[in-house]
Amino acid sequence: MQTSRWIEIVVGVFVAAGIGAFFVLAMKVSNLSEFGGQNGYTVTAEFDNIGGLKVRAPVTVAGVTVGRVSSIQFDNDRYEAVVRMNIEKRYDKFPVDTSARIFTAGLLGEQYVSLQPGGAEQYLKDGSRIKLTQSALVLEQLIGQLLFSKASGGPSAQ
Amino acid sequence: MEAAGVIDWLQHMGRFGLGLFERLGRAGLFLVQVLGGLGSLLPRPGLVVAQVYSAGVLSLLIIVVSGLFVGMVLGLQGYNTLVKFNAEESLGVVVSLSLVRELGPVISALLFAGRAGSALTAEIGLMKATEQLSGMEMMAVDPLKRVVAPRFLAGVISLPLLAVIFSMVGVFGGYFVGVDLLGVDPGAFWSQMQSKVDFQVDILNGVIKSAVFGFVVTWIAVFEGYDAVPTSEGVSRATTRTVVYASLAVLALDFVLTAIMFKGM
Amino acid sequence: MLVCIRGLRFLRGARMIFGGVDLDIPRGKVTAIMGPSGTGKTTLLRLIGGQLRPDAGSIRVDGQEVPRLRHRALYELRKRMGMLFQSGALLTDLSVFDNVAFPLREHSALSEPMIRDLVLMKLQAVGLRGARDMMPAELSGGMARRVALARAIALDPTMIMYDEPFTGLDPISKGAAVQLIRLLNDALGLTSIIVSHDVQETASISDYLYVLSDGEVVEQGSPEALNRSSSAWVQQFMQGLPDGPVPFHYPAAEYLDDLLVGA
Repeated sequence: MQTSRWIEIVVGVFVAAGIGAFFVLAMKVSNLSEFGGQNGYTVTAEFDNIGGLKVRAPVTVAGVTVGRVSSIQFDNDRYEAVVRMNIEKRYDKFPVDTSARIFTAGLLGEQYVSLQPGGAEQYLKDGSRIKLTQSALVLEQLIGQLLFSKASGGPSAQ
Repeated sequence: MEAAGVIDWLQHMGRFGLGLFERLGRAGLFLVQVLGGLGSLLPRPGLVVAQVYSAGVLSLLIIVVSGLFVGMVLGLQGYNTLVKFNAEESLGVVVSLSLVRELGPVISALLFAGRAGSALTAEIGLMKATEQLSGMEMMAVDPLKRVVAPRFLAGVISLPLLAVIFSMVGVFGGYFVGVDLLGVDPGAFWSQMQSKVDFQVDILNGVIKSAVFGFVVTWIAVFEGYDAVPTSEGVSRATTRTVVYASLAVLALDFVLTAIMFKGM
Repeated sequence: MLVCIRGLRFLRGARMIFGGVDLDIPRGKVTAIMGPSGTGKTTLLRLIGGQLRPDAGSIRVDGQEVPRLRHRALYELRKRMGMLFQSGALLTDLSVFDNVAFPLREHSALSEPMIRDLVLMKLQAVGLRGARDMMPAELSGGMARRVALARAIALDPTMIMYDEPFTGLDPISKGAAVQLIRLLNDALGLTSIIVSHDVQETASISDYLYVLSDGEVVEQGSPEALNRSSSAWVQQFMQGLPDGPVPFHYPAAEYLDDLLVGA
């Protein structure tokens, strides 16, 4: 059966509209545009406690997202969490003594990694390891500390 | 007397169960034959194009209108709930995630089953009832390759496209209600959305879902038509079966796929 | 012999449709298979065409054992068979022209101009060249069947099977159909198998007749031989008598007794 040109054109428009909608969703709705994907370099950091940090959590410097957490693993020998981060290639001037801390967005939000640049002359590159890290604050530990300091802080009766 | 009644009922159930398995087996063999016939479509894309028109393009109206309204309702309901926590800036996230992950693929699949699925079943069933399929066989044209395979491929192609269009239209519907009507900050609407909606996990998974739905819904529609009793009553029953089974299958598969794709989210 | 059937047995559920049937269809001739409704005449055509498989027996078409053919070989064989369904079985979404062109477009690699010429020739043979752009829904029953006939001869088959070609036609269309079948058979050197219970029309153009009843061949021969048959049943069938070996009254109790019940 011959397909009329009209039908072919309309179907073409339909398929184009579908693909177009897909791109709109990809670009405007999702985080695709921000995350450059594969052109980044990987940096590792070890933490005693990562708290609620998840893969794909943002890595920020001065509040600006410069990368994402790409994997979280456990080092069986040193009993520490090994976090791999993918940093965008254009941000390649982090000194080797940059520190990494795990903060919480807002009061009860999700956790992310914040980098504080140091002052060394050499820069982090692919495969580098960040040595200065600060673990996440865990609520129970905070409360425990508070109670402990209150208990030992003075003779507060009753 | 009691025992006889129970035995009768058991026999009935047994026959029903066996019949169910027989049907399932027939449907499976049918699918294998149709998939085998897909190769013959390569030199004849015109057949598939014509079917994409009839299954996809003609479903556009209902998909776009439904997407718009669903998006608008999401905007409204989302706002009403979020505003209580002073979190109305996250409206974009709520609308887009709901659409892209669930409502887009599922609702468009249900609408597709009702509109395009029932049309496919009726068309093939009627061709069977008027001996057109038989006539084709005697003309040495395999109806599975000529009639069924193009329609199957068209359904699998069309549904993901329709689902994506549904989601996009829905997001804009939510924007219209949230930002234009209810005063949510447009910048926050988009920026929160963009930071929380992940391309791979949310959008791609949604597309995969609708591809699976397209496969299953079209399979059911095409099989019911081909297997229908060749009378007008048989065709009408087959059409009803398509809509019911396809809808149930979509909802059940959605649960399974969601559990697989979004665990821990 | 183009078609050779030996010992054919076919059951549908518990009902025996054929219980040991032997048939020969000679080449180039018009052979008719007649019998009362429900004897499975259409089933026989489907068995010859390979759409159904017999429970026992052999069906040879042009030397090939049809039930044993694999998918591809069967489809190859079908290209040389034409079949005319009772309803015509035209594809309802295509015009008359496209319907006749369908087998040509599917099976031959001919160019469109050549296909156009062939289609017009086939339509001319059945007298419907002027109706080429009409849709099947606009055709009368007789016209639809003629289009189906044009389509059946599109690939120049070796044999054509006609399933009840005269049923439900008005006298003029019937006369046209009768003439057409014989004309085409002779002009194109076809072998024709007609399945029908329209005795007069079928007998007028057939070379050989088979009469089936209760799953068996009851009588066979030329039309003249059957007209002189000694079997009362065949005589009743051939002449269309309302009563005879096949009774008019469905078995029931005595008439008087029935009326007097409750008196």
